[in-house]
Amino acid sequence: MAGIPHDHYEPKSGGEKWLHSRLPVVGLLYDTLMIPTPKNLNWMWIWGIVLTFCLALQIVTGIVLAMHYTPHVDNAFASVEHIMRNVNGGAMLRYIHMNGASLFFIAVYAHIFRGLYYGSYKAPREITWIIGMLIYLMMMGTAFMGYVLPWGQMSFWGATVITGLFGAIPFVGEALQTWLLGGPAVDNATLNRFFSLHYLLPFVIAGLVIVHIWAFHTTGNNNPTGVEVRRGSKEEAEKDTLPFWPYFVIKDLFALAVILVVFFAIVGYMPNYLGHPDNYIEANPLSTPAHIVPEWYFLPFYAILRAFTSDVWVVIIAETLTGGIIDAKFFGVLAMFGAIAVMALAPWLDTSSVRSGRYRPMFKWWFALLVVDFFALMWLGAMPAEEPYATLSLIASAYWFAYFLVVLPMLGVIEKPDAPPATIEDDFNAHYGGNADAGKAQQPAE
Amino acid sequence: MFKKLALSAVAVFGLATGAFAAGGAGHVTDYDFSFEGPFGKFDQNQLQRGLQVYTEVCAACHGLKFVPIRTLSDEGGPHMSEDQVRAYAAQFDIYDPEKDEDVPRAPKDFFPGSSLENAPDLSLMAKARAGFHGPYGLGMNQLFKGMGGAEYIASLLTHYEEAPSCAPEDFDGYYNTTFAAGGYPEECKDENGKPKYPGSWIAMAPPLDDDLVEFADGHAADVKHMAQDVSAFLMWTAEPKMMARKQAGFVGVLFLTILSVLLYLTNKRIWAPHKRKH
Repeated sequence: MAGIPHDHYEPKSGGEKWLHSRLPVVGLLYDTLMIPTPKNLNWMWIWGIVLTFCLALQIVTGIVLAMHYTPHVDNAFASVEHIMRNVNGGAMLRYIHMNGASLFFIAVYAHIFRGLYYGSYKAPREITWIIGMLIYLMMMGTAFMGYVLPWGQMSFWGATVITGLFGAIPFVGEALQTWLLGGPAVDNATLNRFFSLHYLLPFVIAGLVIVHIWAFHTTGNNNPTGVEVRRGSKEEAEKDTLPFWPYFVIKDLFALAVILVVFFAIVGYMPNYLGHPDNYIEANPLSTPAHIVPEWYFLPFYAILRAFTSDVWVVIIAETLTGGIIDAKFFGVLAMFGAIAVMALAPWLDTSSVRSGRYRPMFKWWFALLVVDFFALMWLGAMPAEEPYATLSLIASAYWFAYFLVVLPMLGVIEKPDAPPATIEDDFNAHYGGNADAGKAQQPAE
Repeated sequence: MFKKLALSAVAVFGLATGAFAAGGAGHVTDYDFSFEGPFGKFDQNQLQRGLQVYTEVCAACHGLKFVPIRTLSDEGGPHMSEDQVRAYAAQFDIYDPEKDEDVPRAPKDFFPGSSLENAPDLSLMAKARAGFHGPYGLGMNQLFKGMGGAEYIASLLTHYEEAPSCAPEDFDGYYNTTFAAGGYPEECKDENGKPKYPGSWIAMAPPLDDDLVEFADGHAADVKHMAQDVSAFLMWTAEPKMMARKQAGFVGVLFLTILSVLLYLTNKRIWAPHKRKH
């Protein structure tokens, strides 16, 4: 494997050599666990472990839940109640799985925004970033289909609304929607395929996670300074790095344990706080809930979807130019997927020569505004589609796109970045003492 | 920078996530229940009284089709004796396809479902109506006052009030200041189409009257007490494993806190040689 020079596994005993010449699996594990990791990583670099844990947690709890669940419209809701009432530990299992999805998304958003702030997406880590975006998309698909399985009111109507988005695609939309649903409306066929895919996709995600890790183990981790590890020699690299085991494994596990304290408090004391009460009413195709609201982690993009109504000038222009092919509904769908697409294109939209936001005085403020914007969109997504929320949604959506399409390209040109430290070692020593001559340049940020 | 952002993010996140079902403007009273709070428990006597109110009043129209009758003997629940549960089950009939006739229910069977078309099943009512009340639907009441479905049900049962004079005499249903999802006469809306009075008109007639049931333990049987008792019972039917869940949460929090401390110390120790302070 290319990358930072470091010690490799040397088989010593006869048995080890025998295995190593046939299947170098111990070597692979050794190289993965002992990977040189920038020693100045801060607490925003813990989310990867949290995410890996979430994936494992969801798969393990999900497999057991699937043993007791019935994917049929007549029995799905009752089978979930069966899990809640009759299966040993079933209530905890389901609440952990339910809230595990929320923890998963909290972690993935923190992970994504960390990448956006410290420029982790920039060359040479574009592939890591793109794979990450694919994982995020798959997570959304998996979570959405999982939410349909309990077959409550929000399950059913959420599925109806979201699959309806595909119906907005010109020409092929209706056929596509029917194909996805397995019929003209959300029904048993839909529930069955969603169950099947909800079981399948996490394993696809697991595969992508391996590629994600492979990619950043090839380039090396980014770090808060955005300065690359020196890799002229092993000795040089060792000044900037420490092996992943035990230094970062223990650090990450500590962070994970603290996060799990909060997680178990929520599961134990308020497991339904993040859910929607209407989902405890069995799905009824004849009764539409007053407000159809997706789960919290979809709200920012749901707000963008709804923001572009037919009276917005960009929508009117698009509709006129395309002769009505792009109507408001389809525009909203494009905007929603576009909001994720522009994020995926960040490596090519960011023109700054400095990687980390820590040394970019103007960028910091635009980034802070993006974070505020994200939470504003989340709140707006839960509000009814009326004034003043409609106008606010439009402004917030516009900023989301402006950040990626205008601010990131422009800042590289007009901003005068501060000087990052020469090496990771300098940054680390500035923070933790160490060599006397290295400490002056940097204030201990973060 | 990131720390500040993360902190404000956490604050905003707490605000944003409860933001569901901003819905109607029904009034909900914050009754006190024994099961509120991290260490709250169901009151076994209250659950038994609630079961009595349910059986003698609600069950005339409503059902509990997801609740197995045997769970009445569960610890942490009504905790009735097995003989009592068997006798209780036998008062309801169930169709036996082998004998092709109705036979008395056994504890393994479920409560009967609703017998009236538009009377919703009550098994999960306390969770399905756990509205996230508070300003902008931010869920603050639920978070800080522990308000949920039980408060809603008790409020609904006690907030039948005299209809405002603007409503026509023959308007369908009964005026209830808690119920927000019912009919509302046009005459009682202002010029913007907004309701002038809280609540709406519910199809269910006021089900409770003072001393409608007689409690074996001599507990007061006025409307307010009966409403609270049956609400507590319905909280139990909706969340029968609440005690076990809180217990598991407590153990989880305790052990993970200890684990966190150990990992913190381990982490500090292994990093110490590399973080030489001046």
